[in-house]
Amino acid sequence: MTQVTAPVVAHLTPEELGALQKPSHDSRWWMGTIASVVGMALIVLYCLVPFYWMVISSLRLPTMGLSNDYWPNPISFENYPGVFSPQNNFLRAIVNSVVVSVTTTALTLVFGIIGAYALARLRFAAKGLVLAVIIGASMFPGITLLLPLFKLFTGAYEWMPLHWLNQYQAAIIPSLSFGLPLCVWNLTAFFRQLPVELEQAAMVDGCTPGEAFRKVILPLAAPGVFTTAILTFIAVWNEFMISLTFLQARDMKTATVALSQFTGTLGFNTPYGSIMAAGVITTIPLLILVLFFQRRIVAGLTAGGVK
Amino acid sequence: MAVTAAEQRTAPVATKRKKNAFSDGQGTLAAILLAPTLLVMFFVTGIPIVMSIIESFFRANGGVDPNTGLVNNGTSFVGLQNFTDVFAHPGLVVGVYGSMDRLINAFLNTTLFTVVCVILETILGVAMALIMAKAFRGRGLVRASILVPWAIPTIVSAVMWKLIFNTSGVANKVLGLTNTPILWLGDNRYSQLAIIVADVWKTAPFIGLLTLAGLQTIPAEVYEAARVDGANAWQTFTRITLPMVKPALVVAVLFRTLDTLRMFDLPWGMIGPGKYSVETLSVFAYLEMNATRYGQAATYSIILFLYIVLIAFLFVTLLGADVVGDEELKAVNQQRKRMRELHKKQSKASAKVRTTITSGGAAS
Repeated sequence: MTQVTAPVVAHLTPEELGALQKPSHDSRWWMGTIASVVGMALIVLYCLVPFYWMVISSLRLPTMGLSNDYWPNPISFENYPGVFSPQNNFLRAIVNSVVVSVTTTALTLVFGIIGAYALARLRFAAKGLVLAVIIGASMFPGITLLLPLFKLFTGAYEWMPLHWLNQYQAAIIPSLSFGLPLCVWNLTAFFRQLPVELEQAAMVDGCTPGEAFRKVILPLAAPGVFTTAILTFIAVWNEFMISLTFLQARDMKTATVALSQFTGTLGFNTPYGSIMAAGVITTIPLLILVLFFQRRIVAGLTAGGVK
Repeated sequence: MAVTAAEQRTAPVATKRKKNAFSDGQGTLAAILLAPTLLVMFFVTGIPIVMSIIESFFRANGGVDPNTGLVNNGTSFVGLQNFTDVFAHPGLVVGVYGSMDRLINAFLNTTLFTVVCVILETILGVAMALIMAKAFRGRGLVRASILVPWAIPTIVSAVMWKLIFNTSGVANKVLGLTNTPILWLGDNRYSQLAIIVADVWKTAPFIGLLTLAGLQTIPAEVYEAARVDGANAWQTFTRITLPMVKPALVVAVLFRTLDTLRMFDLPWGMIGPGKYSVETLSVFAYLEMNATRYGQAATYSIILFLYIVLIAFLFVTLLGADVVGDEELKAVNQQRKRMRELHKKQSKASAKVRTTITSGGAAS
């Protein structure tokens, strides 16, 4: 090796040559790299192993729900049709979840976009107060809001006898209480990142402030709006307590409530196989969203700072 | 001449100090744009809170009227009795802390879960963030997998851990306890541990993610300077990394704390309703509501609400959590503070000048 390279780099002293030929990474570098790889592997395992258990548990035979084999033997997809069996009514539950989540997300966006724009761009006296109220509202314990709404929607108040139990709006309206702050908060962070010069340039070119917002800011903020929509959708989709309270009828349950109440065909056995399968089915749409838009979602989570 | 210049410098401060630094003539537009959001918030959050507070002073009339023999309907005003009954008429239950009022039991559970979970999540989350910040390759994979626990609905993770912690489940198998299994789901101390494990699993990665974002804003030069000054790894971590990541971390921890305080899905889905060893304030209030004891339910939910407000207040005042995080707002507030201090200093100085006998032309 030295003999071959020596003529080419004849002007180097042997010591310099030795330094060059040494591997560029010393043992410390390797230690660091190995520690980092091991650490990363540990994180991945930490996050995925319980999920892996749910997935393989859904792939066992329905009669082997409590099997502890690390790999299903035999692999069976029988649990999946079982999820949609008439007694579980899970397809309807997914439809309900979609209706509630999509409607809530759309409503929060409609209200949130203009509000967030005002918070990000305009200067007004009570701005600090409004921001504090919005972030404070998302901290409220759900149960505090749920109780009067439950009384209201069951018609317990004589001055306003609403009988909204088991109707979509009974779940959508309370969901706004956490969806809207989340949405406004994230959008405000996104609007702030856009340079204000954009609107100024548009207005110099003859746009009204409204047009500047509609024609310049909104298209540019589309990725932010989209990310916010995903985050809100996931938050509403994962919601449990409100749906449990307001959508109790068999045909009105959302996916999260339905899967928590699965009953077995075999009497007292908890049908773990089909519960896990339902869990996988409920989670898969979210995971697809997360995997496709992970950069955006991480940006949204950290820009919004919270939630 | 010197006097007028000084006056010109100070005069606007004196007059503008009272005016709001935000008034820019855009208040009306802001009000119009924010009106829909604030109205919705008012209806879905403001009014229910007030109604809950009112509700907590009432109690449903139960039982049979001794005079008429009819079942009592309606509610009656009971003042603070819903609150004071904890001490006056405790409804004793036996959780893991011995026999005590059900409300106190729920309160202790809520506190225990919050303290233990948040501490563990913070330690694990910061460790994860440090590992991810060091890594060159594979960050995409790790980020994707870290989002998995975050994206799984809490109730799905609850049933998932329910299976794992089943008496004949995989947790006992991994721990080598197949012969003497632990009854994780059996309403005991181990159920609390199971809940803590499930909660930490789901949310530690989330804290890691937010901390990582904070870590990435620390410029490399700071670390280089520390190395040049001879700081070791531990010193670098405690003197540079932690202080610089603190603002992001404190906000993340605050939000996790408030979220854990209202924990509902996990105890409900994993162990089940009505299990005293894991009953949180949310679950307790919910069960009371289901039993149509609205007054009591409202009371317990208000107690939880006040607890959350107190913790948030402590975070903001003691740890300086900058929750709002608006740069402009911060700048204006700082400027206001500076002006106030300046003003104070000036008035103090002038007061001194006035009282000094020997001062003649102190104006300059």
